[in-house]
Amino acid sequence: MSRRRGLAALLGPPLLWLVVAYLGALAVIFATAFWTTDPFTNQVVRTFTLENFADLFSPTYLRIIGRTLLIAALVTVLCIAIAVPLAFFMARVAPRRLRGLLLAAVLVPLWASYLVKAYAWRTMVQPDGVLDNAFGATPGYGFGALVLTLTYLWLPYMVLPVYAAFERLPETHLEASADLGARPLATFRRVVVPALLPAIAAGSIFTFSLSLGDYIAVQIVGGKLQVLGTAVLQNITLDLPFAAALGTVSALIMVLYLLAVRRTGALDNL
Amino acid sequence: MRSSKIKGFGAVAAVAVLALAGCGSSADSGSTGASAAPGGMQVPNLKAMDKLGTPEGEVNVLAWPGYVEDGSNDPAVDWVSDFEKSSGCKVNVKTFGTSDEAVQLMRTGQYDTVSASGDATLRLIAAGDVEPVNTSLVTNYPDIFESLKMKPWNSVNGVPYGIPHGRGANLLMYRTDLVKPAPDSWGAVFDKAGAQAGKVTAYDSPIYIADAALYLMATKPELGIKDPYALDETQLAAAVDLLKAQKANISEYWSDYLKEVQAFKSGSSTIGTTWQVIANVAKGEKAPVEAVLPKEGATGWSDTWMVGAKSQHKTCAYKFIDHIVSPKVNAQIAEYFGEAPANKKACAETADKNHCTVFHAEDEEYFSKVRYWNTPISTCLDGRTDVKCTDYAAWTKAWTEIRNS
Repeated sequence: MSRRRGLAALLGPPLLWLVVAYLGALAVIFATAFWTTDPFTNQVVRTFTLENFADLFSPTYLRIIGRTLLIAALVTVLCIAIAVPLAFFMARVAPRRLRGLLLAAVLVPLWASYLVKAYAWRTMVQPDGVLDNAFGATPGYGFGALVLTLTYLWLPYMVLPVYAAFERLPETHLEASADLGARPLATFRRVVVPALLPAIAAGSIFTFSLSLGDYIAVQIVGGKLQVLGTAVLQNITLDLPFAAALGTVSALIMVLYLLAVRRTGALDNL
Repeated sequence: MRSSKIKGFGAVAAVAVLALAGCGSSADSGSTGASAAPGGMQVPNLKAMDKLGTPEGEVNVLAWPGYVEDGSNDPAVDWVSDFEKSSGCKVNVKTFGTSDEAVQLMRTGQYDTVSASGDATLRLIAAGDVEPVNTSLVTNYPDIFESLKMKPWNSVNGVPYGIPHGRGANLLMYRTDLVKPAPDSWGAVFDKAGAQAGKVTAYDSPIYIADAALYLMATKPELGIKDPYALDETQLAAAVDLLKAQKANISEYWSDYLKEVQAFKSGSSTIGTTWQVIANVAKGEKAPVEAVLPKEGATGWSDTWMVGAKSQHKTCAYKFIDHIVSPKVNAQIAEYFGEAPANKKACAETADKNHCTVFHAEDEEYFSKVRYWNTPISTCLDGRTDVKCTDYAAWTKAWTEIRNS
């Protein structure tokens, strides 16, 4: 009996937090999306309407949703392209002493404030900034700068699971593949990639969802670019129910994404 | 005190706050008992304080950047620390970048006083977020310019809702080394913005539509715009078209003044709308910029200190407002922010003795060219009765459309 009580005491607070704070907040957002605002004071008026959801299907907002998805997808693809060779080098090639150092190098940027890093990119892409001086060209504030910045910001979240997957991959599998006559490319395709896929999927949950919801880096390096996050931000002060409807979209996209990822079995890998 | 309570309740209180923020307080739009203001606005019946109590120990202030400086931005710029010592009211400042943000933050009920511009005041009054003020509790009120008192944006039906703070104009700022010749017209950010393609900046709020309307007043008289805050459907559409065309040349929109300073310093923005204080800060950081009042005139502000209806620190709020509009402090703010003070005695206290002349503190003729921020309502503010004007909701929609296009 007392053991059960102890268990309840242990699990109760986190469960309460999960249900009330996480799901409760989502429910409130969803409910707010059905209300309207007073045209003069911008206050929320509790009159039921579906208009907010209907407005989401206007070309303007479909474009914003599409643009946000594109950015999140590009950032994820770039993170994979950088993380896989990097993690391979770290886990398989680099001498053991260097390995710890490299891991630290990947992790250290996580300790710096997100804002500082975003502002660093702001000065790097500005006219006469580091990029301009080094390469003679800069993407300027906008789409390119945003993809670069987000890729930089979320890269560690992709490197770590992929690194772990490489470390776990038994040397014997690779040797067996070679002994059976597979060329390096075939080994990579048929042994390494299947072993990495769940890790990549796990990493992509972070890179994709963090890019999807970002609204701060967009304001700092995105110029006049409008994405889901900034559209929500703009409407929070002016039309809260519509902001809630927009927020529902990103929540829905993430749910769909997680369902897709679950099919790869990556969630067992987290 | 409020914050420690929240900590005490932990998660539950945090959720309650979330829920409150999500729901907002429902508007009292159905009732007709409250007194009506121009435009059919309903005003909740709230009473002003009749006398001050004992200071509550702190005051939470919502202010435009540059209005309430406690030395944390620049140790030399501080008109708060002395007040805290003498009054026993600790001042907590939160700054905002747009009137919409101010309205949103004031609605939380966490702030005791706010420096509201004319496009926020009526919204705050109508929503019952601020209450009338008892001007006899503000010892410096008699010294405030008569021309600022009891105006449509700071009073309703003869009841004062705030204490005037000061006024000024939105200016055109440009990089002196990159924009030649020096601009003297808003055309530099509209019809001729192509000369600085990708380097133009604009203010990120629906109220910026008025800047386009003001330019159209001068350049397209056939539209018949008489007041940039009274636009019928056609006039609004013309302003929106102008802003959409401008967007092709925009680098970024700003509402965070520090971001604008940085953008002008780096040259990623070279021309655009600004406040004097931004130009001053940019110049202080050695950016080669200049700010001018273009020949078409400008939009501007006449700000008002208001008292939160749900405030728990009203005595401190009154004392704070009284301090802000006292001659010395009002002079300091006016010089730091770059605006005309509200207190006539402030003109003798400015470090630069010409400040009140330069900023036209007593020049009603000048301010007739400055179109103070105002809340557009469906009753045309310019007196037309044959058409309906577009209200702020329509402006909001239009602005979202421009930003998202």
